[in-house]
Amino acid sequence: MTLGGDLATDELIPLYVADVPGLPCVAAPASAKAMSAAPIPFDPQRFFTARVGGHGDALGIRYRAHGPDWCELALPFDPKLIGDVERGVLASGPIITLLDMATSVAVWMKRGGFLPHATLDLRVDYLRPAVAGREVIGRGECYRVTRSVGFVRGVAHDGDPDDPVAHVAGTFMFMEGAA
Amino acid sequence: MSFALPPYAELLGITIERGDGPPILDMPFGSGVLGRPGFVHGGAMSGLLEMAAVAALRHALAAEDRADARIKPVNVTVDFMRGGREKVTRAQGKVSRLGNRVANVEAFAWQDDPDRPVAAARMNFLISASV
Repeated sequence: MTLGGDLATDELIPLYVADVPGLPCVAAPASAKAMSAAPIPFDPQRFFTARVGGHGDALGIRYRAHGPDWCELALPFDPKLIGDVERGVLASGPIITLLDMATSVAVWMKRGGFLPHATLDLRVDYLRPAVAGREVIGRGECYRVTRSVGFVRGVAHDGDPDDPVAHVAGTFMFMEGAA
Repeated sequence: MSFALPPYAELLGITIERGDGPPILDMPFGSGVLGRPGFVHGGAMSGLLEMAAVAALRHALAAEDRADARIKPVNVTVDFMRGGREKVTRAQGKVSRLGNRVANVEAFAWQDDPDRPVAAARMNFLISASV
């Protein structure tokens, strides 16, 4: 998808905004354009403690740590999340969700608070299966923002950050940057 | 064909429609797949696409009498095109190339119109013969 195509106007609204229930969402393209660029203060620890429901909650994802341009979330092991019954290995889908949310929050950290954005793409490399029974930690970092795009990267590991289970790279489109 | 849904697929509420081609997977809307209010979570969408890719690969392997082969995902790239609304999302995979050791698989997700995808994924898999 090209940045100037579908994303230009009308299509902005149906896209994924933040994927975090309970956060303010954009009402309409017109207001999105007119909207001030001031970020809404956002505390990930308070936010994830509130357990607002939705997919992240269904998976049991919770807060771990954050900094000026990064966020760490944890996905506790749960037999409900198994993708390979024979080996008892966690499915890859919950790891994408974990990394999607951690990188999304990292963008808000980098931008100084919540501003609506949409996941444009994510690429995940599965380096090795997570060890059965272990919690998986996802760390997302926003290493660059432009007027319209946030560039993110991150890793998921199950105890040792130097021995990751997955690597992620992705981009988020900013809603208010549409011109 | 030997594709059975794992517990994670049950959590997403996924069911399989079997036809002649690769299976179509249906994921109903519900609070468990909710992202921001009124929309399907990108992670749940990705999970559905991955499962559709695996189902298509299992289908293709079975057609070559390789139903017992083991598969391992190497990576996935997901493009998000439109928001998934409060209705059933369908996904189907397509095997682009099936080799002895590697398979390249695409998957598309849609809601009302298969020609208006809400998201797409490309996946690479390692394949090994069963022990």
